[in-house]
Amino acid sequence: MMLEKPNPVLEIRGLSVSVGTDEGEARILDNAGLALMPGSIHGVVGESGCGKSTLIRAILGILPKRGRATAGSIMLGERNLLELPADTLQKEVRGRAIGFIPQDPFQALNPVFRVGTQLLETIRTPGDSRATRETKKAHVISLLKAVQLPDAEHALDRYPHQFSGGQRQRLLIAAALASSPGIILADEPTTALDVTTQLQILKLLRGLAIERGLSMLFVTHDFGVVAQLCDTVTVMYAGQTVESGPVGQVLKAPYHPYTQMLLACHPERADELAGIPGAVPSPLRPPTGCRFSPRCPSARPECNAGQPPRVAPSPGHAVRCVLHLDEAAA
Amino acid sequence: MTLFILRRLLLALPALFGLLVLTFVMLRVLPHDPSAALAGENATPEQIAAVRKAYGFDEPVWKQFVIYVGQVARADLGNSIISNRPVTSDIAWRLPATIELTFVALLFAALVGIPLGTMAAVWHNSPFDHLMRIVTVGGLAIASFWFAIILQIVFSMDLGWLPLRSRYPEGLPPPTDITGLYLVDSLLTLRFDKFWAAFQHIIMPAFTLSLGGLASIARFTRAGVLETMQKDFVHYAEAAGYARKRIIWVYVLRNSVVAATTQIGLLFGALVSSAVAVEAIFDWPGVGSYAVSAILTSDYKAVLAVTLVIGVIYAIVNIVVDVVHAMLDPRVAENP
Amino acid sequence: MLIVKKFLRDIPAVLGLLIISAVCFIAVFAPILIPDPDAVYFGNIIDRLKPPSAEYWFGTDNLGRDVFARVIMGARGALLVALTVVALAIAIGVPAGLYAGYTNGWGSEIIMRVTDVFLAVPQLILALAIAQLMGRGLESAMAALALTYWPFFCRTVYSEVRRVRNALFVEALQGLGASTSRILFVHVLPNVASPIIVRATIGMGFTILTTAVLGFLGIGAAPPSPDWGLAIAESREYLPESWWAVTFPGLAILITVLGFNLFGDGLRDLVDPRLRRSR
Repeated sequence: MMLEKPNPVLEIRGLSVSVGTDEGEARILDNAGLALMPGSIHGVVGESGCGKSTLIRAILGILPKRGRATAGSIMLGERNLLELPADTLQKEVRGRAIGFIPQDPFQALNPVFRVGTQLLETIRTPGDSRATRETKKAHVISLLKAVQLPDAEHALDRYPHQFSGGQRQRLLIAAALASSPGIILADEPTTALDVTTQLQILKLLRGLAIERGLSMLFVTHDFGVVAQLCDTVTVMYAGQTVESGPVGQVLKAPYHPYTQMLLACHPERADELAGIPGAVPSPLRPPTGCRFSPRCPSARPECNAGQPPRVAPSPGHAVRCVLHLDEAAA
Repeated sequence: MTLFILRRLLLALPALFGLLVLTFVMLRVLPHDPSAALAGENATPEQIAAVRKAYGFDEPVWKQFVIYVGQVARADLGNSIISNRPVTSDIAWRLPATIELTFVALLFAALVGIPLGTMAAVWHNSPFDHLMRIVTVGGLAIASFWFAIILQIVFSMDLGWLPLRSRYPEGLPPPTDITGLYLVDSLLTLRFDKFWAAFQHIIMPAFTLSLGGLASIARFTRAGVLETMQKDFVHYAEAAGYARKRIIWVYVLRNSVVAATTQIGLLFGALVSSAVAVEAIFDWPGVGSYAVSAILTSDYKAVLAVTLVIGVIYAIVNIVVDVVHAMLDPRVAENP
Repeated sequence: MLIVKKFLRDIPAVLGLLIISAVCFIAVFAPILIPDPDAVYFGNIIDRLKPPSAEYWFGTDNLGRDVFARVIMGARGALLVALTVVALAIAIGVPAGLYAGYTNGWGSEIIMRVTDVFLAVPQLILALAIAQLMGRGLESAMAALALTYWPFFCRTVYSEVRRVRNALFVEALQGLGASTSRILFVHVLPNVASPIIVRATIGMGFTILTTAVLGFLGIGAAPPSPDWGLAIAESREYLPESWWAVTFPGLAILITVLGFNLFGDGLRDLVDPRLRRSR
């Protein structure tokens, strides 16, 4: 008997995204999928260029000018975000239903505006009375305290360059929380920070997620961060999602050859650094079927026959690879 | 900020000293006989000798320079051959007219140029953008004195809508002198009839003058907006759900305008240059038309004084521009 | 040739090149292109201030001279003056900028301070004063323009050389014992050539414009020269009836300068997209 599972708050299915370039259509995402369960932290992990950022942009509806989703759906509850008009996405989704934490806190804040203006931007309305504005300010200051920013009361009147990197990331986390969204999208929020600050920010995010019951999609290239922070994880390679499942299972028993090799690369786990030979294929001319096949040590002819089949070795754990077809059938 | 202003003022000193040296050298190197040139075309030998003595042309060069610096410090640059009044008071009397004209032109150029440049950047590579490119390059290619004449032909001589020349109607007494700027003074004294008269007179000269500035402002606003739109904070603002209109017209534009303020100094130089011919054409009683009549009458003292004064104003404008820039961009004053 | 292909895609720049070619052609073959070369200087006073017609395409001026012939001949003077001025400015500014950019001593310091002083006064104002002090005439106007334009080249070359100087190959050449002047002219100059060419193209248009202003103010070309600026000044009194004598020389200035600006703009984008920002 199947356990009654709660519905995901955000679910991506079979998403393909193409971006027009001068040399032709680049198929950045190919049949990508993931599910974010309520109250959980879901990691999205992969090398740079694997389509993580495009995935985020697709969710937020801000694909580059010549980019478009060619297939699939992004369901936020009952609504398919791909079908919403641009105006609704801005007014109801970005910064409202979904808060966003950017990668580089040094570049993300506009240097010539006070922090307060920028933090209040998503919750401001043109006709606000003075009292309403003060309430909103107080709300943001309470958020700044929640993210443990020192001297939170005066932070709003200062300029971004007057804060350190870690402080700026705290400001941006507060900004993401400003309109009390249920979902947070974090795009490698610790990459630009030094190691100690990284740890503090990760701890803060974990705490906030539990405290506020947030569901969080956490994008990173670092399996170590996933291990520390996330409940579930999706592994991406060259625009395809190759494996997903609970972090413990994926780390312990990775099924996909790419996940196995990626984990072997991680210095804390590997006896020696084993690089993966070959390079990520160009999205302009991707291999048919499994995009990892040219670099895969266990590649077979049927890898290129079509979309690799989805196999579930255990409940909640899924792999897209022909290698495990036999086990699943057995 | 105070420290920044002080440092900026200090930095201007070498340039001002250089300006003194330049005008000093020009007068001694360029004409055949500086004393004869200064004394005027119809001067008697006695008058020439008097000039030679006053400027110390027989003395060693360093002493001549000391004399010259003294003259500048006392604002005593001699009397104009034509008006027979001190050139400094001539210039001081005419300065407000030029300030009013250039300021109105600059204001118009900014009010029209900034939105046009922003739109060209937002609709990058659209037909509007291409049209704007041709229009702005054209604006920089047009000879302002010719354009002024064409405006006169069309709007004064042919249509009769606007006054042909001068700053103010002859029969009407000018507004009470408070700032010397007719538009401001007439408003301060609530004489809207006088404001209207002054406004009608300034339209054509200011529009002519603004043309080149408008083109440059539109061009560098476009470039600035395009560059700013590539910045991470714009991508972040999009992802964080700012309204697109606010991103462009508040956040991006502010950054571009901040960057563009540094260009206004240069622009002012171009504006003052075209003001010379434009003032002459519209009989605008400013420093530019004074320079032209000084040149045509070989009034060397007046020519040199105008050069010096415009150089000083140019330096002041650049200081003000830098201070405004520092006020708009909080990072500038802290780490210059 | 990728660069040619890229250039040809830039329609405004190609338009600019076409205009420049046309103006150069007109300037070179001016005497052949006009019906009667004498009409440039000697008018038929009976035919004065005649509107454009089949006989006088652009009409005649107050002395009965053919405006068309004078505009065509004016192109010759305008290009010649601009070429001379820009060439002189390059001859002063480029070596000065090379030297100042390449060396570090007080010589370099002095050159750059002098440059700063020249740039501290609007160019036209300074040119007016210099031309006036040297005595009125086309030669002193040209000298004044060259004297006030070289700092722009000096500044451009200086900053480019500073950039190139730190490149490895200069150090390597020094190691090989190449002389300073050899390094400067044989190795550094070609690397800073493109900004010089861009600056010169834009400078051509700019100089034509400034020369016209000087001519208009009466301190450039002297009568009976067919100078465009001078022609506009001479015909001003006969407005608005004889609009043609003012309009056509002005249009000639506009089109010529437009050509140089469009071309210079295109060159700049082609040579260095970074420079798109400046100005």
